[in-house]
Amino acid sequence: MSAPDDRTSPAATSPRTRPPRWWRLLGRDRGAAAAAVVLALVFLVALFGRLFLGDRAVRQDLRASLRPPSLDHGFYGLLGTDVLGRSVLARLVDAAATTLSIAVPAVLCSLLIGSALGLWAGYHGGMRENVAMRVADVILSFPSLLIAVVVLYVFTPSAMNIVLILAVARIPVYLRTARAEAAELRSRLFVDAARTFGTPASAIIRRHLLPIALPTLLTVATLDFCFVMLTESSLSFLGIGIQPPEVSWGLMVAQGRQYLQTAWWIAVLPGLAIMLTTVSATVLAAWVRLATDPGQRWRLTLPRKRRGERAAVPPEMIA
Amino acid sequence: MASFLRKRIISSAIPLVFVVLGVFCLARLTGNPVDLYLPLSATPEQRAEFSAAHGFDDSVPVQLWDYLGNAARLDFGVSLRTGEPADAMVLEAFPVTLQLAGMTMLLAVLGALLVGSLAAYRPQSAVDRLAGLLSMTAASIPDFWFAIMGVLVFGVALDWLPTSGTLGGPEVWVLPLATLLIRPFGVLVQVVRGSMVGALSAPYVKVARSKGADATRVVFGHALRNAITPVLTVAGDLAVGLVNGAVVVETVFGWPGIGKLMIDSILQRDFAVLQAAVLLTAVTIFALNILVDVCHALIDPRVRQAVPA
Repeated sequence: MSAPDDRTSPAATSPRTRPPRWWRLLGRDRGAAAAAVVLALVFLVALFGRLFLGDRAVRQDLRASLRPPSLDHGFYGLLGTDVLGRSVLARLVDAAATTLSIAVPAVLCSLLIGSALGLWAGYHGGMRENVAMRVADVILSFPSLLIAVVVLYVFTPSAMNIVLILAVARIPVYLRTARAEAAELRSRLFVDAARTFGTPASAIIRRHLLPIALPTLLTVATLDFCFVMLTESSLSFLGIGIQPPEVSWGLMVAQGRQYLQTAWWIAVLPGLAIMLTTVSATVLAAWVRLATDPGQRWRLTLPRKRRGERAAVPPEMIA
Repeated sequence: MASFLRKRIISSAIPLVFVVLGVFCLARLTGNPVDLYLPLSATPEQRAEFSAAHGFDDSVPVQLWDYLGNAARLDFGVSLRTGEPADAMVLEAFPVTLQLAGMTMLLAVLGALLVGSLAAYRPQSAVDRLAGLLSMTAASIPDFWFAIMGVLVFGVALDWLPTSGTLGGPEVWVLPLATLLIRPFGVLVQVVRGSMVGALSAPYVKVARSKGADATRVVFGHALRNAITPVLTVAGDLAVGLVNGAVVVETVFGWPGIGKLMIDSILQRDFAVLQAAVLLTAVTIFALNILVDVCHALIDPRVRQAVPA
């Protein structure tokens, strides 16, 4: 891997050595392309779905209680209704927005803070590195769900608090990854050179370490998106996450649980939605790891038959 | 080895202390149990008496000091809910969770070693792609939903398995075990596979092959031994995460384990039980981390020499 040199003007890079466009690479891998489409759809629905809903996610109609999924009751009756006659489809769309409005900020916060701290600690080493790693150990060595339960019980379970807890609980994951990358990079020649020229530490971290560590960190973030979504769903399912009348996918499963024997669709469909989203994120993360690794990218440009093995999931994805 | 162990014990004990202190202080923030346990008509004198009896009228540092002093004498206080000693309640619930978690980890590690090695043996074969798809799905299924689906299909529709409870033969174990198993299994298969792909292309494997060692010996004797270190680390972290799963599983299936005990004692402000449960969990996690470190050192001589800071 060559050192990223900010003095090279963009014109100096010859077009031949430019890596293939990412969407071409994506198109070649059918699984990853499908995953990307699913994720894009989920995000679109979460962003714009509420505009079309009106009050359909909360409007009750007791005459329409527990209707099974069918084509007879218009678009919003497609996936059936719950016990209060609310459209399950409309509630799924509404819940998508809630779920993502928690998962995305939480992932972004932990990514930003964790990466910055990790690169800083790894670059400087010594005492700073030690302290940062011990803090990460403390956070990681305790089951995140339990901390979340205690904290959410102390402070009311608002969306803001859930985002904060999930962000703090996941900072160590990025911190460890970024620190490992920075500790490995700090003895490289191009970093030494930059230091010799008197580049301040903050600039070295920003210009020389960050570009190299970024692909790995983004991959970890994609995987972590799954974890955060699953944790939020578990919290909502246990009754200490999102509170009614707001709705999230995990909460919908909890609400549908008591009608499992008579109306399976209320609990099954939101679970399927969670699974579809998280599996897509996992598949996409595996692809991103290949596509952003210059040493592995050739696997995606070769014809299907000749491709070698995919890199496995790094240890960072674990809970 | 002794100095390695000593250093690891000290550095693993730091999180233990923080966790115990943190939970003590956080639990105090959840509100005064007096309001929950005495009727609204209780006189101020009764309230004061209740507070004094359980030590809630002292300041938090004094309460903490008392708690630590009593804990050193193995006195963990009594439950506000039942009046039983907290340690007895926790010790009663603990084996249930420990059995469940131990069984889960054993099955997950053994299963993942087998499936992951098979997948890594021929990368991009049908077996490998199937294992990849299955493990990715397994690692991303919401566990509470999986549990409910299990109940719906095997408990209600087919009527093969009981829907909740611990009473009965081995069949009561199937659904809780399966629910707890999916995530660690999915993650571990991918870790084993990645690690084995690397190990199987190493020079020493080529040497073993060219000397005529058969496939089983090459995979399990040579490659696996070298590939197992990352698996061990991840398995240790996953075991910590099993407490998360235990909370969900025990709630859904109504198991009287430590996860359910902790949730219940938080919701009912049963401080003594919560603290005892957290302490025991933290000590178990501490012991687990030490165990993982010792295994590392036994497997990999380099670890014994290069002691991490």
